[in-house]
Formats: sequence, C-alpha cells, structure tokens
Amino acid sequence: MDVAVSIRNAVKRYGATTALAGVSLDIADNAFFTLLGPSGCGKTTLLRMIAGFEAASGGEILLFGQNIADLEPNLRPVNTVFQNYALFPHMSVIDNVAFGLKMKGVDPATRRARAGQMLELVHLSPLADRLPSQLSGGQQQRVALARALAPEPKVLLLDEPLSALDLKLRQAMRVELKQLQEDTGITFLFVTHDQDEALTMSDRIAVMSQGLVQQVGSAREIYEAPVNRFVAEFIGETNLIDVQVTRVSGGMADLVLPSGQTLSCSSAATATGRHALSIRPERVTVDPHGELTATVERVVYMGSDLKLLTRLEGGKEFTVRVQNAARTSVPESGARIGLKLEEGAARLLAD
Amino acid sequence: MAGPLRDTAGSAANYAGLVRPLLLPTWLIIGVLLLLPVLLMVVYSFLTKEFRGGVEWTFTLAAYDQFFVTRGLFGDEPASIEWTYINIFWRSIWQAALATLLCLLIGFPTAWFIATRPVQSRGIWLFLITIPYWVNLLIRTVSLRFILRDNGPLNDALIATGLINTPLPILNSDVAVQIGLFYSYLPFMVLPIYAAVERYDFALSEAAADLYASRWQTLLHVVLPTVKPGIVAGAILVFIPALGAFLAPDLLGGAKAFMIGSLIDEQFRGSQGNWPFGAAISVILMTLVLIALLIQARAASRRAP
Repeated sequence: MDVAVSIRNAVKRYGATTALAGVSLDIADNAFFTLLGPSGCGKTTLLRMIAGFEAASGGEILLFGQNIADLEPNLRPVNTVFQNYALFPHMSVIDNVAFGLKMKGVDPATRRARAGQMLELVHLSPLADRLPSQLSGGQQQRVALARALAPEPKVLLLDEPLSALDLKLRQAMRVELKQLQEDTGITFLFVTHDQDEALTMSDRIAVMSQGLVQQVGSAREIYEAPVNRFVAEFIGETNLIDVQVTRVSGGMADLVLPSGQTLSCSSAATATGRHALSIRPERVTVDPHGELTATVERVVYMGSDLKLLTRLEGGKEFTVRVQNAARTSVPESGARIGLKLEEGAARLLAD
Repeated sequence: MAGPLRDTAGSAANYAGLVRPLLLPTWLIIGVLLLLPVLLMVVYSFLTKEFRGGVEWTFTLAAYDQFFVTRGLFGDEPASIEWTYINIFWRSIWQAALATLLCLLIGFPTAWFIATRPVQSRGIWLFLITIPYWVNLLIRTVSLRFILRDNGPLNDALIATGLINTPLPILNSDVAVQIGLFYSYLPFMVLPIYAAVERYDFALSEAAADLYASRWQTLLHVVLPTVKPGIVAGAILVFIPALGAFLAPDLLGGAKAFMIGSLIDEQFRGSQGNWPFGAAISVILMTLVLIALLIQARAASRRAP
C-alpha cells in the first residue's frame, strides 16, 4: 500500500503559541483519513500546511515521497474543499468547477466536458449556469466538492466542509462523501471536530489534541481501544475508574478494582501502578452477579435507550446504557444493583 | 377612544399625507441646484451672443454651428467640419483616460495596501490619504507649478542625482497636466477601491491558489472581477472630473495643452467671451459623459443576474 501523505515531526509555532507540537502521520493512498479533535487542536493548521497556506516551522511533509514543503500552494497537486466553500462569486457554477483545469492549461472543450462530468457526479448538472449566490448551502457545498475534484488531485483536503449544513443534509452528505471517495479512488483527508462524522466515514482517524496526535486507528480501534483519557472521553461517552495495576504483559493487564475484585483486560498502559480504566456505558449489563455494585440515582429515558446514572461503592459516578427493549426490567432510582462487564468491555488507559 | 388597530391605520394615513411635504426639501435641492442650472445651460446654448458677455434672447443654432462647422477664416468658403474643438475634446478625453489609468495603477495597490493593514491602523492610512485635500485645489495646483518649473525642486533633485544635466521642460506640457490631474483625483480612485477590497474574502485567493492559479492569474481571474464595482466607481469618479478639469490644464499646461475646461472658461471671461458657445460646449460634454455612463450601466446590468 502506497503512502499518499507522510508527515514527519511537523511543527508550527505562531509567536509564543504552538499550534503543532511535532506531528508524524502516514496517510495511505486511496483512503478516507480523518483528523479529529476539538477546536484549537491543530488539525486545521496541519491541513493548511499540506495545502501550502501555512509554512511549517519544522518537520517535513511528503506527498508520494516528494517533499512539498517549499512548493507554493498552486504547485501542489492537492485541492481543498474550504469550510465556507470560497466559491468565486462572479463565475457560474460550471466556470467555478472548470477553474482548476483552466489554470492548468486544459483546453476549453476538455475542461467543459470534465466539469460537466463533475457536476453530474454531485447531481448539479441542471444548475451549471447559475451563480453561487443563487444556490442553497447544500448545493454550494457540492459545487465546492466538484471544483476540488475536477483537476483530479492526488489528495483531496476537506476543511470541516459539512459544518455549515443542517443536520439532515449533513447526515446525507456523510454517506455521499464516503461513496465519492470510493468511486474516485482519491485520498480524502478530512478535518472535523464532529466525532459522528469521523466515525461514520473514515477508514482511519487521527485524534488530535493540543497540537499532538493522541491516537491513530480505525473507528473501531479508537472507540473500543482508546489509548488515553483524552481519546476515551472525546470519542463517545465513557466511565473512567481509577484502578491499581498489578501486572502488565503483552497488551494485557491485571488490575484491582476499587471494590477489591480483580480483573484482566486489554491495556494501553505499559507499567504497573495507578491508571484509569475506561468502560463504555453500553458494554455493561445489570446483573446481580456483576463485578461492580452501584446505587441507581436517576433513570433517563432516551427513546431507543435508557441511561442509568448510578454511583459506585466508593462514590464514583457510573453511567450505564441499556436498550429500551420490551424484556428490559428497569431498576428504579435508589435501587442497589450489580453491574456486569461484558467480555472486553474494560480498557486500561496509559494515563 | 379608538381601538389600537384604528389608531395604527390612522397614523399610517397621516404618514402617507406627510410624505410629500417631507420630500419637498429634496425636490427643492434637485430642482434648484441640479435641474434648473442644466436647463439654463441648455437654453443659453441656443441663444445669440452679446458683445462684452451676456446673451440676447434670440433663438439660434450659431453656437453649435461654431463648434462643428467652419466656413474658412473669412466665412466665405463652403461649409466643412471644424476640427479645432473636436480635437480639443479628443485630447481632453485622452488626457482624462490616461489620468484614470494612472490613478488605477497607483490607486489599486495603495487601496490594497491600506485594506490589508490591521483594522486599527486602516483609519490612520485613510486619514493620511485625505490630508492634502484639506488644502484648496487652486493652491495645490499653483504649488505644483513651483515644484515642476525648470529651477524647481524636482529638476534640482534630478540634476543633483546626475540623471540629467539640463532641467526637463516639464511645466507647460501635457506631462505637467497629467501630473496635475493624477494628483488631483487620486483619492477618488483609492477610496472606492479600498471599500471594495475591504469586503474582499481572502479565502477566494487561497481557493484560486489551491486550484493552480499563479499570483497574476489570481489577480486577473479572481481579485479584479470581484472588486470590479469599486474600480468602476473609482474610474468614473476620476474620469468625469478630469475630463472637465480646468485648473490643472490652465495652470500647468499653458497654451499648448488646452483642454475642454479651459475652453469653456475662456467663453465666460471678459469681453472676448461667448456665453452661448460656452453653454453649447458644456451641453456637448455633458451629453458625452451621459452616453458613457449609460453604456457602463447597460454593461453592468447585463452581467448581473
């Protein structure tokens, strides 16, 4: 498998503040890769460095093995879908889409045909002669996508392209984007702060925080096997319990729960001592023979699910999520219940 | 007591009745300061000239005849086209167009520079641009005479740097007129372009660069079309007053660099004046400007959706 983009120890400083504190990533060719993190984590800075809008303060960026750090943005074979689309207001939809080809010196007939194909791909052919101001937000988004795909970039960079759309449209676009990536075979590098977007579309996700990559993995890996507190808490919902680790070896750990019971689980920690244990709310069942004992404080009705807000022995809050099925018997608040961890539910974190 | 609904309806009716009287000052200003003088000018252009200035109330086309038609020095040859005044118009249009182009070439980068400064310092730059215009145009134009003359600071400086040995005869030439026009009207180009550039979304430049446009291509294909309304406004604001300019050609151009403004001025001076002819030249000038503006407006409305 080819590596499309290779980032080696990229650093970006703005005066005294550090936006990127040394990021290394390999992004495989023909993949949907997502940079996920809260605002200010450096994900957009990294994207802009790959596009060429920001100069790196240190490190290297390789595109299919070629160092592109010194290339002007217009000489990099990558295209960007901008957050607010940045469509040219004085050009028709088709001229917007054909712009990149025109700048590359493609002849008028070819570029018009290609732009037409791109508009077909994003279902906008009937609107080819409109101006961007005459389109809805969702349509503008598609034009921006078609415009960036038309010159057949080696990598397509997407800077939170769905954030300005309403929820329904956003959900529809997620499926379409993934489909588009698979159809075109172009590597998509997608930036978002929205974990649902990241989880539903991505082949691989890099979770970023404070200018560093915290974890890289598939959606399943970062959700089910987070390496640290940040990833475990940022992706989905989780319960963190402080535990004493007695033994680690080969990615597994033996630990002692606050209740005194022992447990063996997969581990990101490599040393014994005090660590956080992450347990997803939906991986726990109510069972009198469970490893944990808790008191129900509140039952929250959520439609398809019920959320039990409980307190463990020792005072730690613990959330349990159970399906709202007919056979579910729901404990009432104040009840003392046992909680059983499913196989592989617990994950020991590195911090 | 009337209900709230009737109250509102009543005040709306009252308001409608007030619109006409409230618009009266506007109509007065347009009527007295715009329509009446133009009408006066048009009427005068069809009257007979009186010696020592003034008009006689006899209708005639003599003024327009004098502008377009010649019958020789003694008026005894067959009628042919009089090129003297048309040439002055032509020269004026060229001078004004050149001044507009110069103002654009210098004004656009200036406006761009100001609009891309931090917000807090833009006001200071604009202030600096406008400072010279607190001084009367006549005084500034006379000052240019002193700067441009043979032993003025400009020639002194050029000689001191060794670029030239003898003073350049700038004063009383088209070059001097051009310098005067450019200097007089530059801010009218800078300000509208500044307003347009300030609203420009710089993400568009990034998008253009991302789509393989070089800096020049970005300027040509994205920046200029986007800020075009500001450029057009600036060009109109420079071209029209430059076309009718009187001080710069009169004080800097001397006898050779005659422009429309000086020609009109001459017709209203002392005993050699010819008021109907001056009025006719003004009407022709105004007609030309109106036609140019109409063409521009047509082109603009055809582009807009």
